[in-house]
Amino acid sequence: MTGGGVKPWALHLALIAVLLTAQFWLSPYHATNLARIMVLAVFAMGYNLAFGYTGLLSLGHALLLAAGMYAAGLPAQLWGWGAGPAFIAGVAGGGLMAAALGLLALRTAGVSFMIVTLMFAQAGYLTLLYFAPVTGGDDGFAVAAASRRLLGFDLSTDTPRFLAALLIFAAGLLISLALIRSPFGRTMVAMRENEERSRMLGYNPFTVKLAALTISGLYSGAAGAAYALLFGYVGASFATIQYSILPMLYVLLGGAGTTLGPFLGALVMFTLIEVATGLTSAYLFFVGAALVALVLFAPKGILGTIRERWVRWLP
Amino acid sequence: MAFGPFLLLALMEGLVTAAVLALAASGLSLVFGVMRVVNVAHGEFYMLGAVLAWVVTTMIPGPPALAFVAALLIAPLIVATLAALADGLILKRLAYDPEATIVATIGLLYMIQQAALSLYGPNANPVRAPFEWRIQLPWFGYSGYKLFVVLAALAVLLALWLFMTRTKAGLIMRATQVDRTTACAFGINVDRVYMSTFALGAGLAALAGVLVVPIQQAHYLMGGDPLLLSFIVVIIGGLGSLRGTLIAALVIGLSDGVISMFFTPTLAKILATLLVAMVLVFRPQGLFGAKA
Amino acid sequence: MAALIETRGLTLHFGGLKAVDGVDFALQSGEIHALIGPNGAGKTTFVSLLSGRRMAQSGTILLDGEDITRLPAHARVRKGIAYTFQITSIFPRLTVFDNVALAVQSQGARDLLDRTRAALARVGLEGLEAQEAQALSYGHQRLLELAMGLALNPRVLILDEPTQGLAASEIDSFIRLVESLVPETTVLLIEHNMEVVMDLATRITVLNFGQVLASGTPSEIRADPAVQEAYLGA
Repeated sequence: MTGGGVKPWALHLALIAVLLTAQFWLSPYHATNLARIMVLAVFAMGYNLAFGYTGLLSLGHALLLAAGMYAAGLPAQLWGWGAGPAFIAGVAGGGLMAAALGLLALRTAGVSFMIVTLMFAQAGYLTLLYFAPVTGGDDGFAVAAASRRLLGFDLSTDTPRFLAALLIFAAGLLISLALIRSPFGRTMVAMRENEERSRMLGYNPFTVKLAALTISGLYSGAAGAAYALLFGYVGASFATIQYSILPMLYVLLGGAGTTLGPFLGALVMFTLIEVATGLTSAYLFFVGAALVALVLFAPKGILGTIRERWVRWLP
Repeated sequence: MAFGPFLLLALMEGLVTAAVLALAASGLSLVFGVMRVVNVAHGEFYMLGAVLAWVVTTMIPGPPALAFVAALLIAPLIVATLAALADGLILKRLAYDPEATIVATIGLLYMIQQAALSLYGPNANPVRAPFEWRIQLPWFGYSGYKLFVVLAALAVLLALWLFMTRTKAGLIMRATQVDRTTACAFGINVDRVYMSTFALGAGLAALAGVLVVPIQQAHYLMGGDPLLLSFIVVIIGGLGSLRGTLIAALVIGLSDGVISMFFTPTLAKILATLLVAMVLVFRPQGLFGAKA
Repeated sequence: MAALIETRGLTLHFGGLKAVDGVDFALQSGEIHALIGPNGAGKTTFVSLLSGRRMAQSGTILLDGEDITRLPAHARVRKGIAYTFQITSIFPRLTVFDNVALAVQSQGARDLLDRTRAALARVGLEGLEAQEAQALSYGHQRLLELAMGLALNPRVLILDEPTQGLAASEIDSFIRLVESLVPETTVLLIEHNMEVVMDLATRITVLNFGQVLASGTPSEIRADPAVQEAYLGA
């Protein structure tokens, strides 16, 4: 965890700097895609904190993403909240939903935890459908232009949208780096590696995991809120099981338990699906095949393998 | 219709649901019980059964009954073979690690679903029932085929029970379920047991799919609901317990029939899903399982 | 001397097996107390009850007069009862430093670096900080386990078969180390190696079939005919 000194910070800051310049050398279409990838990467970073670092394999993170999305989108829609308060509401919504989920689901572990989180997320999705008159159901609703303004900038235009996505991504990335290098980060990993030993060192596994899941929920909520405000759409489809699987796929591909893995996984997978969609409409087949191939041949993902073989200090 | 006959109709519909569910869920329960694998792709095997039944019945000319019997034999066999392949190529190589196998079967789910969409198409297609007589009750007429489904499911489950309790192969499966290491030490080929179990579980799901297709039509997304319901049944009945699975299938099927007559299906599903999650949280051994 | 840990009628049965059956026991502050008995006598189960890894079916456990019978394990660790595992239980993929730092930081200590290094130095693992724990030799892993226990700064350190699998030279330095812990830390030790027991222990309790067969100084225990019959004579 510790060790490596300033190198990890330099690496992360360099990535952020490269992304900052990307808007100048990418076409508007690709820049918008990159903004989307950065928002999805924030979601995946949250997933990674729970799964990659704390060992909590959740199949219900779509619930947390949707909680953030609706906690930001509904006040904007119903009461005309601005982008700032709506975003904060979204982050809080994701965190609260994660805490509530954790209070129940963390009484189980392993396979039961996976099924319980899956069930709660499914119940959440169905609830969104049930209240379709308010939530818009599967069709969703567009977020009003007035709510997509922040400090005079229009978040629906290219440059402000890209910068806002980058800002949220950079904050998420640096916070996650600081977190996993902190004593609490060490405790999270201890939970993943050997829960019984952690208990006998005086840690309450339940509260540690609850805290980790809540932080994961804050990230997911931030991603959901950012998606609603930057891309102007809120819908129940973001609560489906697909959106619980996606962050897992990103994290497995990029490398579980690496700070940069979620972004790398999101980038690679997004690009792969873009290419595959150009060739065939059967892109879900590639998602499935990628999942199977990853667990079979590269369970450590790209960065996990690189860390193991070459760059030991990679956080 | 008066309330009494209305309730009777609801119960009969529920009984059909329960029968199909019991078949699908017993497959899921068997796989979990013996292999400790949670097969998320189980619903897709059910869907494949239905889709293949359509393929077989459209390819075979002659009377619908003959084509249907052919489907009843061929579709589960193909699905079981596919499952055996998936076991050998994927699950076995993961050493049946519980979490890795869930991720892998999610991948399998996507691949099967997408393959069905690409090859079979997005439409729902009907399959003709093998026979067309109706039972005339004083208040309403009822499809004889639906009653046949109930009887067929009962027969299959009885056969499964006899197989598990009375044959050597069943004994070997149960021995492996109780203790894998010891089974290994007694010279049981655990790999083969696992492969057969996975194939048998998938075959049961496919059989349920074939039986249901004259009632429901075959569609590439039809695997979602049975997966969820099978999960519910297996969890309520106690993971890995065949008897609990049957009781739970009856309870869930009948209450599903009745509830969906009086509530909107979405609300019913929300309540059922939450109930199952709560059972897993607060009573992980299931409602009918013995306390661990 | 006051009893630091006291149990009254402590009981845990597994079905028909009476693993711990009405044990009255007192651990005096500052002593090195050895728990001995044949295999299956209930020693590990008994210390599991003390550390909270298992919950007693009946009876009470007092720590310094306070009833901790129903307290969960992690809370007992925070009250000063540390347990080192019989089968080495470390964080294999973390560094040696992180392993011990986890113990230090659970006490809320601010001087994490210094205290972690101090605990490592005390068992002689300084210089191996950056190694992955799984890369250590077996003997070093046992020492790491001990360092984690020490880093908790416990009032009571429970050692479950600490010398198992150690070489003779390692055992000698281990004995010196444990002797240096008292009287600040009270030590409860499960041990099969009789030489170690007689060398270290100030008091001995003999368990048999989940019950206390005898308790006393090493010489009293050696002289006890019931013990000789049940255990030493065997």
